[in-house]
Amino acid sequence: MLNYDLVVIGGGPAGMAAALRAHEKGVKKIIILERADSLGGILEQCIHTGFGLHYFGEELSGPEYAGRFITQVYDTDIDVKVDTMVLDISDDNVVTACNNFDGLLTIKATAVVLAMGCRERPRGALSIAGSRCSGIMTAGTAQKYVNIDGYMPGKTVVILGSGDIGLIMARRMTLEGAKVKAVCELMPYSGGLTRNIVQCLEDFGIPLRLSCTVVKTHGKDRLEGVTVANVDEHLKPIPGTEEYIPCDTLMLSVGLIPENELSKNAGVELDRITNGPSVDEYRQTVKPGVFACGNVLQVHDLVDYVTEESQIAGEGAARYIEGERADGEKVYTEGTNGVRYIVPQRINKNTDKDVKLYFRVGQVFRNVKLTVKCGDEVILSRPKKKMTPGEMENVLIKTDVIKRLPADSKITVSVEEA
Amino acid sequence: MTKREMVCVSCPIGCAITVELDDSGEVISVSGNSCKRGDAYARQECTHPERMLTSTVRVEGGNLPVVPVKSATPVPKEMLFDCMKEINKVSLKAPVHFGDVVIENILGTGVNIIATNEIY
Ligand code: SF4
Repeated sequence: MLNYDLVVIGGGPAGMAAALRAHEKGVKKIIILERADSLGGILEQCIHTGFGLHYFGEELSGPEYAGRFITQVYDTDIDVKVDTMVLDISDDNVVTACNNFDGLLTIKATAVVLAMGCRERPRGALSIAGSRCSGIMTAGTAQKYVNIDGYMPGKTVVILGSGDIGLIMARRMTLEGAKVKAVCELMPYSGGLTRNIVQCLEDFGIPLRLSCTVVKTHGKDRLEGVTVANVDEHLKPIPGTEEYIPCDTLMLSVGLIPENELSKNAGVELDRITNGPSVDEYRQTVKPGVFACGNVLQVHDLVDYVTEESQIAGEGAARYIEGERADGEKVYTEGTNGVRYIVPQRINKNTDKDVKLYFRVGQVFRNVKLTVKCGDEVILSRPKKKMTPGEMENVLIKTDVIKRLPADSKITVSVEEA
Repeated sequence: MTKREMVCVSCPIGCAITVELDDSGEVISVSGNSCKRGDAYARQECTHPERMLTSTVRVEGGNLPVVPVKSATPVPKEMLFDCMKEINKVSLKAPVHFGDVVIENILGTGVNIIATNEIY
C-alpha cells in the first residue's frame, strides 16, 4: 500500500487547482489520479475562448487555461497517474484504483479531494419516442468528435437544450459548414449565458425555440429527422403544434449531473438539489478528511469559479492534514423563495474567514431584492437587476456575522420583491 | 434613420440596448445601457463588430489528428467564414506548441491564427 497525505481524484481544473493550493500550503506528498490519458479534463475539448477572464484577466481557450495549470503541476513534485480509474474510497480513506502499469493500486490517504467533475444527462434520461438510430448524441460527445478526433458527426443538426455546450456546438458546427436548423429549449428561458446566445445563435441566424421540445426521432439506421412540439406551462407537449424537421444529427444539451458514484459508496452525503456532496466552508464533506470541489460538487458555468472553489478545498485539505478538525458548532444555510440551493451547506462557527455562499435561482428574476437572513435578523439585502438560473450567483458573509449567530441556526438566502 | 435593438453581453445583467443609426450607418444615440461599457459595446456592434474565432487545424504524425487554434485577437465578424476557409486549407506536421503561428495575418486582417494546445 502506498501512503500519501493527499489523494486528488480527477485531474481537470478542479483537481489541479486543489492539488496546487495544498502544495502551496506545505502539503508534502500529493498524488492526482486521472481517468483520461492526460490532465486537463473537459477543458481539452472546449477550444472556444472566454476562459480565465476573472482569474487570468485574459480570454483563453480551454486547452490554454488547462495548460497553465498542467505546467504548474509538472513544475512541482506532485505525483500524477493518468489512465487510472479509482474504484473505491474506504471508510478510513484508503483509495483503490487500477491502471495498466500498476495493476491494482491501494493508497492510504490522510485527506482526499473529490474532483471527478460531471457528465451530461444522456438520451436515456429523456423519454423521446423513436429508434436507437445513430446520429443522436450529447453535445459534449459531438464536441469531442469535432475538436479532438477531428471529424464532423453530421451535416444537418437540431439541438435539444440550450445549455452552454449546446450553444457552443451550434456555432462550431455552423463554422465547419453544417446547417443547424434549430435549438429547442423546454423552458421558457435559456439555460445558457447571454453572451453565448448572442455570439453562437444570433450571429448565425440560428433560431432558438423556447418552450419547445423534441417528441419523436425518425430513422432506422441513421437519424432522418425529428418531430418538435411546443410545450405548455406544465412542460407538456401541446397537441397540434408538432413540426417535422429533417436532420441527420440530434445533439442533447439537457443538463449535467455531478459524477458522485464514488462519493456515495464512500458514505458521503449528497445534497438533493445539487446532486453533489453537502460540504462546509472548506468544502469538507460529512466524511472527515474528504473534500469536494468543481463540477462534482455543483455544476458551474465559469471555470474561474471552479478554480476558486478548488483552491478553497485544497486549503481545507492542507489544514486537515495539519490536524485541524471541523467538529465544533455550526450554522447551516438554506435557499428559500426562488433560491434553489446554497453551497456550502454548513459553516463552522469558529471559521477564520469570510464565506461566500454560491447559489442559483430557479427562474428568471428582474428588479428584485436578494435577502440574507438568520431567523428574523436581516444580515444583508441588496437590489438585483437580473438573476437567471444559467448564472451562478454569490454573496459574501463576514466572519464576525458568522461568529455571533447562534449554534445550529439557519442562514437563509431568498429573492424578495424590491 | 434606423433603430437597432440588442442585448449587451459585457456583463451578466444583459441590458436591452437601443441604438439609433442614421442612413450612412453612423450612430446617433445609444439608450437602455446602464453603464459606459454598454455604450462602447453597442457602438462597436453597430459599426465594426468583431469576434474571436476558434477552430481546429489538421496535424500529421501527432498524438491527435487536429490541434485547436484561435485568432490572437478578434477578427471582423463578417469575415468569420472566409477565415474558416483559410484555416481549413492548412495542414501541420507534429509537433505543434502553444502559441505557434499557424496562419500569419489571415486575409490581411493583421490577425494571426495561433495554436492553443500541444501536439507531440
Ligand atoms: S450596459 Fe453595463 S450594466 Fe448593462 S449589460 Fe452592459 S455592461 Fe452590464
